Amino acid sequence: MSGMGFGAMMLSQVPVIGNPVSEAHLLDPWMDAASKKKLTEVALNAAKSKGATYTDVRIGRYLQQYVFTREKQVQNIVNAESYGIGVRVIANGTWGFSATSDVTADGIAKCAATAVAIAKANSKFQKEPVELAAQKGVGDQTWKTPITKNAFEIPVREKIDLLMNVNGKALENGASFVTSNLFFVNEQKYFASSDGSFIDQDIHRVWPTFTVTVTDKAAGKFKTRDAISSPMGMGYEYLDGLASEKIAGPNGLVGYRNSYDMVEDAIMAAKQAKQKITAKTVQPGKYDLVLDPNHLGLTIHESVGHPTELDRVLGYEANYAGTSFATLDKWQSKNFAYGSKLVNIVADKTQPNTLGAVGYDDEGVPCKEWDIIKDGILVNYQAIRDQVKIIGEKESHGCCYADNWSSVQFQRMPNISLKPGIEKRSVLDMIKGVEKGIYIIGRGSYSIDQQRYNFQFGGQVFYEIKNGELTGMLDDVAYQSNTQEFWNSCSQLCDKDDYRTFGSFFDGKGQPGQVSAVSHGSPTTRFDGVNVINTGRKI
Amino acid sequence: MAIILTEAEAKALLQKVLKYSKADECEINIMGEERGNLRYARNEVSTSGALTNQNLEVQSAFGQKVGVATVDEFSDEAIEKCVRRSEELAQLAPENPEYVGVLEPQTYGKSTGFFESTAAINPDFRADAVAKSLELTRAQNLTAAGFLENQKGYRAMMNSKGLFAYYPSTNINFSLTVRTPDGTGSGYVARGYSDAKKLDTAAATKIAILKSKGSVGAKALEPGKYTVILEPTAAVVLLENIFFAMDARSADEGRSFLSKPGGKTKLGEKIVDERVNIYTDPANPDLPSSPWSGDGQPINKMSMIEKGVVKNMFYSRYWAKKNNVKPVPFPTNVIMEGGTATLEEMIKSTKQGILVTKLWYIREVDPQTLLQTGLTRDGTFYIENGVIKHPIKNFRFNESPVIMLNNLETLGKSERVVSTESDRNYLIPPMKIREFTFSSLSDAV
Repeated sequence: MSGMGFGAMMLSQVPVIGNPVSEAHLLDPWMDAASKKKLTEVALNAAKSKGATYTDVRIGRYLQQYVFTREKQVQNIVNAESYGIGVRVIANGTWGFSATSDVTADGIAKCAATAVAIAKANSKFQKEPVELAAQKGVGDQTWKTPITKNAFEIPVREKIDLLMNVNGKALENGASFVTSNLFFVNEQKYFASSDGSFIDQDIHRVWPTFTVTVTDKAAGKFKTRDAISSPMGMGYEYLDGLASEKIAGPNGLVGYRNSYDMVEDAIMAAKQAKQKITAKTVQPGKYDLVLDPNHLGLTIHESVGHPTELDRVLGYEANYAGTSFATLDKWQSKNFAYGSKLVNIVADKTQPNTLGAVGYDDEGVPCKEWDIIKDGILVNYQAIRDQVKIIGEKESHGCCYADNWSSVQFQRMPNISLKPGIEKRSVLDMIKGVEKGIYIIGRGSYSIDQQRYNFQFGGQVFYEIKNGELTGMLDDVAYQSNTQEFWNSCSQLCDKDDYRTFGSFFDGKGQPGQVSAVSHGSPTTRFDGVNVINTGRKI
Repeated sequence: MAIILTEAEAKALLQKVLKYSKADECEINIMGEERGNLRYARNEVSTSGALTNQNLEVQSAFGQKVGVATVDEFSDEAIEKCVRRSEELAQLAPENPEYVGVLEPQTYGKSTGFFESTAAINPDFRADAVAKSLELTRAQNLTAAGFLENQKGYRAMMNSKGLFAYYPSTNINFSLTVRTPDGTGSGYVARGYSDAKKLDTAAATKIAILKSKGSVGAKALEPGKYTVILEPTAAVVLLENIFFAMDARSADEGRSFLSKPGGKTKLGEKIVDERVNIYTDPANPDLPSSPWSGDGQPINKMSMIEKGVVKNMFYSRYWAKKNNVKPVPFPTNVIMEGGTATLEEMIKSTKQGILVTKLWYIREVDPQTLLQTGLTRDGTFYIENGVIKHPIKNFRFNESPVIMLNNLETLGKSERVVSTESDRNYLIPPMKIREFTFSSLSDAV
């Protein structure tokens, strides 16, 4: 499932974990690393004395600040904090987990004992004992998202001013309605394990977004255009709108790399939403698609990210998110052509400014980069400590995550990104070579089957390409394809100068559900002969 | 103090909170709940958990300036701090032009949604319920992945005008996917009840097993327009998009499927087949729900669509006041009236069609027409001359629930279902629909 980005989302749909606190409280220092270490040692010792053969402990303080506005009004400001401790153990070869907000020595010892008791109770059902890939203790470590402006230090007033400016500019430029939101997250987590790791991390994420609506009341029509920002693993500096991080595209379009100009995008959005009202409806058929990174990221997420999660491949998500077409036999064959030879997809938890970037995952494994698809061939999956043995590896990939201290960690998607082309190529160069095509920007409607074969994607803005030139805006566009067919139709990549990341701030998985944030980098990419349908209807 | 408060305890606590208030107006909402779950996959338990949760929310207003604060600790000190904090926030807040003040005391209908059978569930109950399911799948060498979650809780509110409301409820949801070991067959079942006595995990498991084995050997059918019979689990994920989109403000603003050219709305107009009746009724014994909305408005039996005509859109108190109409709160449950046909009769009367048991990954393609896309999943079957001939490969569809309800052939008997998209429970009938649009094939099982 993907709960990715929803510009026009209802307030009630936003996952808020924790209790509201004052804006100032968000900046209060928490306990120091030495105190956290002492508390984790209580849990490690208590669990061991009750019979755990492995224990990890996460003390976490999770901060969120969300700002919601519509037109000239502030709708809501959420300042929330959640802190507590989660203890995970292996006893009798079975996982057990317990969490508490009572972060005292007594509370923690009780919590550890409960985790062991649950493990022992559940071991009745267990047929095969859990086997963890070895992880050498890393001792005392710290890691911080390399931000230059802590979003929590920026006064809310300044944030409201920004959003009011965004809304005002959108309305001035023809929007009938506009909603705009800012999301800031700070995870302060301390991890300790019986392997001898004590890791203190300070992680920041940011996501500015909006939805502009234009109505034509006389015709009874309305169109929207969402922001083409990306959620990032950055601080408030993402909102600086630096000229050096803009990529000039065709037709005055702008791509944003690691710095976003929200006001400029809002003006563009209002103009484009207006154009969408009178845009030509698409003629269904086969088109060559030129996909902008701000669109392609979602296609990568759904058609490569999810099917290569090993827990899905094995059936652990069968009752909800589904299984995967990318089965072990296809990987074992070493010749399963997931895509054309141009397709190189890497998984990573290290790329700067991305949502996945951390020093260590929630199992204390140092983060790294690895290949998923190499020269078009499926070469690996995403796996954690209790899974890597299944794919013959001795070391976890380091992509285990829990969305809160109270949630149990499990395999979550690292950044999954398409490498840029080596040959020099701009978006304009790419468009020049297309006879009959569509250029698609922004994420729209998305749906894919439970094994990730058949998908359908819409977008925010569509331009028709005829004989190497953009001829005008199209509407009612969605493309349908099969994952393997689609990636094998990949015929051209722009180069590294066009590479940008797209992201998901609230990607959902598991029962009960947990969210995670993940980035997907890519250059603008061409796919040949893709089936485009017309989504216009009359009711 | 217990997590689940009785009506008297809740009332006493709320009165105490209100005493701390110095604002012009004050409204307090409290809730407490206990949840437990058991998850399994590959025929083994994978995770289990328990959660207790309580929360108190204070809304203070000085004129049009409103502040909200919450706390999850109910000590006198914590509560007083929370009240003060909401008052500080209100003083700092800009005037809210949409604040319409708290409600006078209201009278609410009766609805019984709390069942001891569900409230008493412990880890052993969950383990036993799951064991009954696992026994069956293990014995037949099938692979099960499932999730069982129970909840008991209450909500209560009080305001400075003397309004008091209390509602306790319980719920249990069970879902299961059964797959054949070679991965060529898959079946699903989901059950949701307020009263846990009604849950029979073994009986439910047998349905998923039947669909799993019955879907092996699926044949491909050409995409196109077909007559379909949608089981309630399949129908609900399309229909709930109509319910969610019946907000009056969006329609008035010209950005809803209920907006009309010329700036008017479709209120009072026929939009679907005249046999379609959709309403809310908190007192329905098969789907009990709270007789009051989050802001204290009473919810009584009320029609949303009657004989195919839009009878009511939802008006917030602000939007209602602005338009000089009565507010219509968002309902706490939704019921679609059924017909008399059984699923078997509906199949029997079908010359050529498709039985769809579940739909998956539903996403809105166009909010103007409510066009949705998604796929069939976990058992799709071809019907010819009144009998199920064989399983078929899954399809992607592109269809609007509004168009679908205009192409209605037959309605079956309504039953309680759990939406696989929103997790909400509804009463929805199976339905036969002509010209349902399947646009491509999927290889997924």
